[in-house]
Amino acid sequence: MVKLKDLIQKEPIMEGGHRMCLGCGAPIIVNLILRTSDAPVVLANATGCLEVASTIFPYTAWRAPWMHSAFENAAATASGIETMYRALRKKGKINKKINFVAFGGDGGTYDIGFQSLSGALERGHRFLYVCYDNGAYMNTGVQRSSATPFGASTTTSPAGVVIQGKLQKRKDLTKIVVAHNIPYVAQASPHNWLDLTKKAEKAFSVDGPSFLNVVSPCPPGWKSEAKDTIGLSKIAVDTCFWPLYEVENGKYTINYKPKEKLPIEAWLKPQGRFRHLFKPENAELLKQIQQDIDKEWEALQRLASL
Amino acid sequence: MGKLVALTGNIAVATAMKQINPDVCAAYPITPSTQVMEQFSEYVADGLVDTELIATESEHSAMSACIGAAAAGGRVMTATSSQGLALMWEMLYIAAGMRFPITLACVNRALSAPINIHGDHSDSMGARDSGWIQIYAENAQEAYDNQIQTVRIAEHMDVRLPVMSCMDGFITSHAVDSLELLDDKAVRDFVGEYKATYPLLDVEHPVTYGALDLQDYFMEHKRAQSEAMKNSRKVILDVAREYKKISGRGFEYFEEYYMDDAEIAIVILSSAAGTVKVVVDEMRAKGEKVGLLRPRVFRPFPYNEIADALSNVKAVAIMDRADSHGAEGGPLFMEFKSALYNSKKQPIMINKIFGLGGRDLMLPDIEMVYRELRDIKNTGKIRTLSEYITVRGEEAAYGKA
Repeated sequence: MVKLKDLIQKEPIMEGGHRMCLGCGAPIIVNLILRTSDAPVVLANATGCLEVASTIFPYTAWRAPWMHSAFENAAATASGIETMYRALRKKGKINKKINFVAFGGDGGTYDIGFQSLSGALERGHRFLYVCYDNGAYMNTGVQRSSATPFGASTTTSPAGVVIQGKLQKRKDLTKIVVAHNIPYVAQASPHNWLDLTKKAEKAFSVDGPSFLNVVSPCPPGWKSEAKDTIGLSKIAVDTCFWPLYEVENGKYTINYKPKEKLPIEAWLKPQGRFRHLFKPENAELLKQIQQDIDKEWEALQRLASL
Repeated sequence: MGKLVALTGNIAVATAMKQINPDVCAAYPITPSTQVMEQFSEYVADGLVDTELIATESEHSAMSACIGAAAAGGRVMTATSSQGLALMWEMLYIAAGMRFPITLACVNRALSAPINIHGDHSDSMGARDSGWIQIYAENAQEAYDNQIQTVRIAEHMDVRLPVMSCMDGFITSHAVDSLELLDDKAVRDFVGEYKATYPLLDVEHPVTYGALDLQDYFMEHKRAQSEAMKNSRKVILDVAREYKKISGRGFEYFEEYYMDDAEIAIVILSSAAGTVKVVVDEMRAKGEKVGLLRPRVFRPFPYNEIADALSNVKAVAIMDRADSHGAEGGPLFMEFKSALYNSKKQPIMINKIFGLGGRDLMLPDIEMVYRELRDIKNTGKIRTLSEYITVRGEEAAYGKA
């Protein structure tokens, strides 16, 4: 099992000096996951904040082999890399174990990269796909994605006079990935490093595809304080907006049950993108959000009890 | 020497791929190129090749996987047609910009709409600015020969660019043709071992591929890519010369058929050239000085050589199997006009657009083009610069001829 002492002594694979925003969840998630790898890693990255801000030529923040080619194809690119690894290993041209990891934001994973992700999972490549889910197209300036929560104001679902932010619920990608019957799927959060690294370790240990969906606070997109990133991800879990669970070969396990589930307002209130929901006339919307979360949490508990 | 066989163009290309034995192939089925990967999948299933196959969920992912596999550090091939090539579009530019020597068998087919499965060149002509080298084959033999040569061209250290090897959908891909195959060892010796440059799988020497390249470096990288394409001119001929030593078959940028003393000529790509040759033979037998120029290498385009080849011709019809809507003729026509702009001896040039969506080009159609060229040569007058032929509603020359 991963020990904190060992983790912090490892050199980060994503080096400092990159240009990710203050308070961004993604680099924390990336380094926690990569530090748990038991073998050298080779990385594929979808277009997005993580790619743009980490490799401004002639600089790179990556201490491991890293590749970006386009937005919608991190999983397909990783499948090509992993297949070449198998081809060369078969011919005796390469011998050591390598772990393959693809990173994408929610836009590159839930939306434009959805098909290539699904295809790569179905084909059974041995790789870990990590989605850092900040709930919108943050790199291009906070446009709504299918991961954007109901009611959030984004630049393409702005809260206006007659429309109160995004009118649709989020896509439940984690469960869609589960439906691919791959060996390991989990939801995690950067605030719970132990849970996240345990999950990364499990993901690296399976012989096939694995998927981690990790909530990733984004201060400019969420209109939140940089100092609140870890706190907000904890509240996302304590309100059951983002439950921590894993699915091993089809078996659901909830990894953390809050002693007292916080009301969803605790998560919405510190984020400017939900400010309009607190107008008196939007009380119904808040109630609806809470009801949806309660329903989903109950459904998840039922799945875990099977 | 080789073995004489009867194969379709698709199977000929699949056979070349088997002999090349690439490390990874990633592809998605599309008519009429599907057979290439079907046949190759059988070779994989029967253990006749060492290749790892990725049957992707789209052509976009097929090319993405090819790019990932090429970056990882091995030899990569694929095949596609039409909409498949169109879906790859974004990744074609990335394969070229990242300088990956991927080779692609492009079985030419019309682009939708209207949807059509038959051969024309709208797919690969649309990709002409993607940075891929493009070579067009007249028949199954040449498709086979080109496929083998593309590997050496792509992987040459002065080039390191992807190469598209094109043949006509159905006409070449599905018709059984006689051809001579090289033996496996000759092909493997010819293509040699793959030389990986900066492979991603070299974890001791980590590299970053696909960095954000802004105003301060972007142009230098594009210029280097442009130089590589220029370098490929010499490499294409060198590889062809070397290939002739093992095959006995020689290849140039283009084929000249009775061009030495030709007064009028047709320029045409791929399989239709075979039909034109029949007409040339017949007209030559009657003493008419007609010729044919069949371009083989379209990217890089051999401007100087083309200008020289046409310098003594009086009138030329450039025949395009694709249109560039809104331009003054098809893509081949525009290249030829550019090639001759600086030439002191310019033939009169006209453009005919033919064969879209696989429409047949028959012997009388070609004879009519030669007759029109003869009139142009005699009168110095052209009736129309560019037009569709063998099409309903066509007027003037053919309606009234």
